[in-house]
Amino acid sequence: MTKPKVAFYWCASCGGCEEAVVDLGEDVLTVVEAVDIAFWPVALDFKVSDVEALADGELAAAFVNGAVRTSEQQEMVELLRRKAGTVVAFGACAWLGGIPGLANLSSRESILRHVYHESASVQNGDGAMPQEQIDVPEGRMTLPHFDETVRTLDQVIDVDYYLPGCPPPVGLITAAVMALVEGRLPEKGSVLAPDVALCAECPRAETKPEDLKVKAFKRPHEVLADPDLCLLAQGLVCLGPATRSGCGGACIAANMPCTGCMGPTSRVIDYGAKALSAIASLLESQDEEEIAALAGQIADPVGTFYRYSLPASLLHRRVEPAAAARPGGAS
Amino acid sequence: MSEDASRPFEPKIVAFFCNWCTYTAADLAGISRMQYAPNVRVVRLMCSGRVDPQFVLAALHGGADGVLIGGCHPGDCHYQEGNYNARRRFELLRLMLRDMGIEDERVRLEWISAAEADKVQRVCNEMTEQIRALGPLRLAPVPRRHAGKAPAGKAPAGELVEQVTR
Repeated sequence: MTKPKVAFYWCASCGGCEEAVVDLGEDVLTVVEAVDIAFWPVALDFKVSDVEALADGELAAAFVNGAVRTSEQQEMVELLRRKAGTVVAFGACAWLGGIPGLANLSSRESILRHVYHESASVQNGDGAMPQEQIDVPEGRMTLPHFDETVRTLDQVIDVDYYLPGCPPPVGLITAAVMALVEGRLPEKGSVLAPDVALCAECPRAETKPEDLKVKAFKRPHEVLADPDLCLLAQGLVCLGPATRSGCGGACIAANMPCTGCMGPTSRVIDYGAKALSAIASLLESQDEEEIAALAGQIADPVGTFYRYSLPASLLHRRVEPAAAARPGGAS
Repeated sequence: MSEDASRPFEPKIVAFFCNWCTYTAADLAGISRMQYAPNVRVVRLMCSGRVDPQFVLAALHGGADGVLIGGCHPGDCHYQEGNYNARRRFELLRLMLRDMGIEDERVRLEWISAAEADKVQRVCNEMTEQIRALGPLRLAPVPRRHAGKAPAGKAPAGELVEQVTR
């Protein structure tokens, strides 16, 4: 019997998801025994032409990590979609936009201007900007187009399953691959992780007060957190109440609050709004000015509540001032 | 949101009014034949504490230029605490919206008791004019999702949007 072929690909991501595959450790042997890796540019020498040579649907599955921002990424995921029977959005960036999605707080122009002109470490006397093509004696050289906005994978192609996490926990990856190999996959569109909030599985859950109220918010570097007590009860912004479990509480075990990389549960439409709602309800005051002051203690609300999900949110990206308004989306 | 260039901009405002105070005040305004801007579409909720920040975002996403939340005065909540929760969420939501480039005037929370029909009139008129001056809210269109069906992780916003904007 021939083994099912799978592909791994990365788009706008940090490489952490690839690292997570390597982190399978000995389990990677189980995976390799069960499947043939047909494409994995980070780790193995394959070319795009190898993928193009496959018949449509010949790949059992493509695991794609990263958000989509360039024409090259779009081309690759469209190619993988044609070749793969199943596409899995692998990790927070592919599912919800992830950290690269925070670029949706800035315009394309301001990003390019900062990176090529304003950044303190840049010397660019000629004011050179990246061009999409240039003619040289040897021929025409091209670079991918940098889109107006960061998109989630399912805002570009049809996605069958989602593996949450930054990066996805090893246990969930192994379970997903084995479910695929054994044909035990759930309904299309499922998130391949438990569907309860992290608090439900948190080892500190018993120390979470019945009527939890917060009088002052602190950032992790400002306190020595008690390693046994509920982090919210200590005034740290822990997003466990709004975040899907399945990570084993790795951050909590390291005495760091949950930042929400596992995304929402199935009952939530907009993760950031729900996380914001959960935290806001804890503010210990009935006085309007005091409530406003307490809310103001939370640094960078968008970066806190939408750290991994801005492109998937209802607002999708920052509103540009009216004069500069332009149609969004990739060209 | 489709705009007809030949017609002047008319703000669309979605209002979430609590059953016990602000909705009753709006009712009283109607019974009293008080005139006010027709730009406000009222959604009756049992309590301002029911206003999930997702409702506000869904309204804006669905084409509203502003969102008004109306509840009972502090100490008067039919459910004791609901309006305080509305205030807590509103204050944090406002900070978040500011960072998203959405002007403070577009999302407003007002305490309006069942007797204050005149306040409903004043707030609706004021907000309509403020937003008329700001112009339409121009959100970047959210790229269409391609999944054949709604993934378990994300219900389609469409359903919620329909509920709050129609």
